[in-house]
Amino acid sequence: MRIGVVTFPGSLDDRDAARAIRLAGAEPVALWHGEHDLHGVDALVLPGGFSYGDYLRCGAIASLSPIMAEVIDAANSGMPVLGICNGFQMLAEAHLLEGGLIRNDHGLFICRDQGLRVENALTDWTGGFAAGQEITIPLKNGEGGFIASADTLERLEGEGRVVVRYVGMNPNGSLNDIAGISNMRGNVVGLMPHPEHAVEPGFGPDTTDAMRSGTDGITFFTSVIERMLVSA
Amino acid sequence: MPTIVVEVMPKAELLDPQGKAVAGALGRLGKTRFTSVRLGKRFELTVDGHVDDAVLAEVQELADTVLSNSVIEDVVGIHVLEAPAGETH
Repeated sequence: MRIGVVTFPGSLDDRDAARAIRLAGAEPVALWHGEHDLHGVDALVLPGGFSYGDYLRCGAIASLSPIMAEVIDAANSGMPVLGICNGFQMLAEAHLLEGGLIRNDHGLFICRDQGLRVENALTDWTGGFAAGQEITIPLKNGEGGFIASADTLERLEGEGRVVVRYVGMNPNGSLNDIAGISNMRGNVVGLMPHPEHAVEPGFGPDTTDAMRSGTDGITFFTSVIERMLVSA
Repeated sequence: MPTIVVEVMPKAELLDPQGKAVAGALGRLGKTRFTSVRLGKRFELTVDGHVDDAVLAEVQELADTVLSNSVIEDVVGIHVLEAPAGETH
């Protein structure tokens, strides 16, 4: 099982994503934005960071990168694709996901361990969770406010395409407390919070058991591996 | 060389936290007659050659697909900048 992680100029969390993939039991494959080659991977992660310095709009210039032509084709033919934070912004800019991400309503960058509720445990990336399960993973963004037109929002809700929702507090003004959504097929998921930062005891969020012991994020990666094994 | 200006603004119904922050600063300076500030973007595209309808159509397309994101922004103006006096094309 090989999962590609695309590095763009300004990506920050590509190595964390690769580490999470390895810990989950798959082989991470480093991909470069400037190539037209997915190197035969089975799934893709677009990592967090500040590609192109957030110039123009977050994720906008990266969404026009050479490799995005192959990413879009692969996503449309059913390959699992996870966009995390800046990767979510790229998926929105590439029109693989609906809606958009705007500056946090309070105007500040925010970094915290964030409570989430998994609303859809049927997508390729969330199959290992139970619907309604509450998890905690780190969130860090300046432009994480999810917005969409009233029609789009109603459709996303009605079709069960809200994948995770913020609980406890809304950290950025996202409409309907939306932290992540999927496409119709459930293979493309965008998340504003960072599961790759909660995959290893000692380095994750605090839990009631012990400091930094939270590993809720690993399930996103083990979910996609299980899904691909089933469909193989 | 001629320059085409494209102006993009955040959609009116969306929060504009940057504009709000600027408006807050104006308030603190006592500039109370200004009740709100909205902040957008201006692009200046320098064109190699003359500006004709085909070039303007191309700029319109770029404005709609690359320079703005219609989910969150509106293109509010496209115009050709007057050449400075003395410059010839």
